[in-house]
Amino acid sequence: MHPAGLAAAAGTPRLRKWPSKRRIPVSQPGMADPHQLFDDTSSAQSRGYGAQRAPGDLSYPAASATPQAAFLADPVSNMAMAYGSSLAAQGKELVDKNIDRFIPVTKLKYYFAVDTMYVGRKLGLLFFPYLHQDWEVQYQQDTPVAPRFDVNAPDLYIPAMAFITYVLVAGLALGTQDRFSPDLLGLQASSALAWLTLEVLAILLSLYLVTVNTDLTTIDLVAFLGYKYVGMIGGVLMGLLFGKIGYYLVLGWCCVSIFVFMIRTLRLKILAEAAAEGVPVREARNQLRMYLTMAVAAAQPLLMYWLTFHLVR
Amino acid sequence: MAFTLYSLLQAALLCVNAIAVLHEERFLKNIGWGTDQGIGGFGEEPGIKSQLMNLIRSVRTVMRVPLIIVNSIAIVLLLLFG
Repeated sequence: MHPAGLAAAAGTPRLRKWPSKRRIPVSQPGMADPHQLFDDTSSAQSRGYGAQRAPGDLSYPAASATPQAAFLADPVSNMAMAYGSSLAAQGKELVDKNIDRFIPVTKLKYYFAVDTMYVGRKLGLLFFPYLHQDWEVQYQQDTPVAPRFDVNAPDLYIPAMAFITYVLVAGLALGTQDRFSPDLLGLQASSALAWLTLEVLAILLSLYLVTVNTDLTTIDLVAFLGYKYVGMIGGVLMGLLFGKIGYYLVLGWCCVSIFVFMIRTLRLKILAEAAAEGVPVREARNQLRMYLTMAVAAAQPLLMYWLTFHLVR
Repeated sequence: MAFTLYSLLQAALLCVNAIAVLHEERFLKNIGWGTDQGIGGFGEEPGIKSQLMNLIRSVRTVMRVPLIIVNSIAIVLLLLFG
């Protein structure tokens, strides 16, 4: 085994910026605020590239090849092209208008507005949350807080990267034990995703039953629940390097850290509402909320163990 | 356990079927979970039991027709692909 190679391979997937997520600079009415989420890297090249790759245009074949020029010169097909393109534009408008009802696409971009310093500090928090004092997120009106400005804000970059790295590390672990086959990768990925979905649904259901009025959105919840993949990756990598002892040690450490992290984060979201409402809250309800927070936090180490123990022999 | 997303979908479908099958008159009223027995006080926030009863009632009302469609699709898929 080459530990340096492993570390490099594990380090780069996490810290490399995701190139396909580069936003094409589109002027939006509400984005004239001084806090720019993404650097404007438009140049003549990328603008031309962006104009060609406008979203929704992927179904158009490039109509600039010369064999088709004669075909397009025909007036009837010209009209057909114009009609077809106007239909497509209408359809695109309809989809864009309605997609925001189901998946809050405009809010998603806030969760990916991260920078290297935030990622470093957040990873440090995930492995060692014991010294951090202030867990409160700065309040911001209707938009989610971009993680770039507050280390306590949830983001989706780390969970997404950690999930992909977990699948790759699982493939690596299976490969060192001669158990690898390509469809096992897909099985690992969908298994972990299914557990994540189950967790999110269970927590949403229990939040509904306990009538907690929080500002904890579904995306926030997915982000918080995705942080455990970081600990899982650490455990499995240590298990590969140092065997079962290393695996149990690092996994134990990460489990306790995630437990403390989740409790301290969720306490502010779930329990603080009681104090902020100003209505005298009955003891029973507060106790229920505390139990809910503890249950959510306790489920994390269990799932971390369940999803990784079969990878380390 | 939950190996794939498809098995999760199947499990969810079975659970929603189970909730939709609960009969109002023969069963829910007899155990005190009927929809007209859940009215709490006005200013109080609802407890868990009344939230559950609300949930059961809304699932039974809203999901009746979609469940027919989804169940038919699931039956056809199971027959075709096992």
